Amino acid sequence: MNSTKTSSQDSDWLYEIKAEKKLLDFNFKEIWRYRDLLVLFVKRDIVTVYKQTILGPLWFLIQPLFTSVIFTLVFNNVANIQTGTVPSFLFNLAGITAWTYFRECLTGTSGTFTKNAGIFGKVYFPRVIMPMSVTISNLLKLGIQLSIFAGFYIYFVASGKDISPNANLVLFPAYVFIMGMTGLGLGMILSSLTTKYRDFTVLITFGVQLLMYISAVPFPMSEILEKKPEYFWVFKYNPIAQIIEGFRYMTLDTGLFTWWGFFYALGFSLVVFFMGLAIFNRTEKSFIDTV
Amino acid sequence: MNNIILTAQNISKQYRLGVVGTGTLSHDLNRWWASLRGKEDPYLKIGAENDRSKKAETDYVWALRDINFDVYDGDVLGIIGKNGAGKSTLLKILSRVTSPTTGTIKTKGRIASLLEVGTGFHPELTGRENIYLNGAILGMTKAEIREKEEEIIEFSGCQLYVDTPVKRYSSGMRVRLAFAVAAHLEPDILVVDEVLAVGDAEFQKKAIGKMKDISGNDGRTVLFVSHNMAAVKSLCTRGIVLENGKIAFEGGTDDCVSYYLSKKDNDATETFPIKFDEGEISKFVVLDFIGNNSNLLLGERCSFELNLRIKNPKSTRINVRYQVFDKDEKLITTLNTFHLNANKVLEKFDQSFVCFISKLKISPGLYDLGIQILDLNSKKVLYQNDVFSEVVVESGDVFKTGKIPSKENLGVFLSDQTWQIK
Repeated sequence: MNSTKTSSQDSDWLYEIKAEKKLLDFNFKEIWRYRDLLVLFVKRDIVTVYKQTILGPLWFLIQPLFTSVIFTLVFNNVANIQTGTVPSFLFNLAGITAWTYFRECLTGTSGTFTKNAGIFGKVYFPRVIMPMSVTISNLLKLGIQLSIFAGFYIYFVASGKDISPNANLVLFPAYVFIMGMTGLGLGMILSSLTTKYRDFTVLITFGVQLLMYISAVPFPMSEILEKKPEYFWVFKYNPIAQIIEGFRYMTLDTGLFTWWGFFYALGFSLVVFFMGLAIFNRTEKSFIDTV
Repeated sequence: MNNIILTAQNISKQYRLGVVGTGTLSHDLNRWWASLRGKEDPYLKIGAENDRSKKAETDYVWALRDINFDVYDGDVLGIIGKNGAGKSTLLKILSRVTSPTTGTIKTKGRIASLLEVGTGFHPELTGRENIYLNGAILGMTKAEIREKEEEIIEFSGCQLYVDTPVKRYSSGMRVRLAFAVAAHLEPDILVVDEVLAVGDAEFQKKAIGKMKDISGNDGRTVLFVSHNMAAVKSLCTRGIVLENGKIAFEGGTDDCVSYYLSKKDNDATETFPIKFDEGEISKFVVLDFIGNNSNLLLGERCSFELNLRIKNPKSTRINVRYQVFDKDEKLITTLNTFHLNANKVLEKFDQSFVCFISKLKISPGLYDLGIQILDLNSKKVLYQNDVFSEVVVESGDVFKTGKIPSKENLGVFLSDQTWQIK
């Protein structure tokens, strides 16, 4: 009687809490059960950012617009960087829109553990919900920013500029996916490291700024090839530069696009994402002890 | 009904002492190197017992060590222990906030933990929005919350403010709203920290009352972590006492409470026998409701037992008087053989005097017990000490109504009372 009882019990445990860690413990079933939480976090992120501001969601538009204006002034008018037939302002807006999405995903997720230590220390839910919600809410912000990009695009076309997207535009979802995955992956790695070593918080703030310059955001990659070919490899092997350049290529038909660059960025994003997930899973089990 | 719903096997948790600094990286590398070679974590072998009074010899400490227990369906298990005994660590492991260093917990039900109310409340969101957010964080689905939304709002008593941002709420309102959400959680196993009972007296009562509903009426399995003995006694069916990270005692609630109280810093007792001219006190103990030498509980039985050895027993008529003083040296009450006509001519050399109190009604607190021994024949005080022993009275379910009085504003003692409302 006793033995049958034990054997039947062994089979129907709902879950186990234990010390051993699986490398990739991505429990889709559990995340699905918490999908409502994911939606609520996204909603919270969007709704609360500009509460009690006068301009409200307009801030989502003001940021890229003003950055583009400054970039156009500094890089194109003062530093005299050429953007070909494409209006410099639109060139910059394209780069900034794509870059902002990546940057927000990265910085947003990199604070996951330290910023949410309060919640994580009190209640359990699949931790990965948090960085996922950041990526999704940034996707919505990207949507808003793309609409302003589209608006200016139409304005420039109407005013007779010779610009048009090319067939690569079908890759648009793939680019968004690559940016999201890279940002999320890197962010998860950084957030895990920050729980123990706070050095990384410092690194992120200025590292992201520097990364923008070596990702060819304010200038085309051809400019580097022309003026400093010996440093071109930095941009060639920087997946972010490949993404930015590819984004501008498909929307404005300008820049250096190679399929090699596209698959390189895609491969990089997947590797980084799964690495990030593995490290994140390891960290989430006991980060509360070291944070 | 009596199926095991949760079992903990060899749960241990190791913590590193000191700050995360330069040593951390080298230890991390050592660990990594050991795991590469397929060896055991070198730092698991060392580690001090979780005893705060001693200075640790290593950098590692075991907050919990080899904890094993089973929880049956419908149990209300009290986990009690002093500060630092490992209660909170166990709670964190049970609620999956952190993972154990070794061991496994297997469970058949969904665990929801209430280590705090209002986790994840966002000040900018309205009450209603926060109900959804907080509910989802605690593991409810949107549909479940929608079903209970009105009930939650009503329970919280915040109908008027439910569409106002929570940052405009008073702290009391926020706690009420948060508790209302928590109270409508329906997991298979509920893990509750006593911090829940923080807040004003009214809120505490509400929290304890709701806990009783959950465990009693709904028959839900509850793990209740506390060092409030009164709450444990009124809520739990079984208990575990943790001491220095290990299970020191396991059993029925009464035995657990008594064990815990007896372990409570009562070490500084007098050394017996205490001699005086005509004899000696060979023993004196304060016994709680089940006869252990420990702290006393309000509303429960207790007794004071004195053993005397008098040199000339036949010629002395002994009068024993206990006096209870509060910490301002104010006399609270007297227990006297004289008033009860219990003065006695001793028959033998060794005699014990036991004073029974059927229901202790002194309000909770710390008291001094004085003893006076008088010979009525010679009218001579044989022995007197007004601070003979310390007595601790803890709050309890004095009126057997489930309402445990808080220590404040009780006055000196509590009367038995009946109410007639016309």
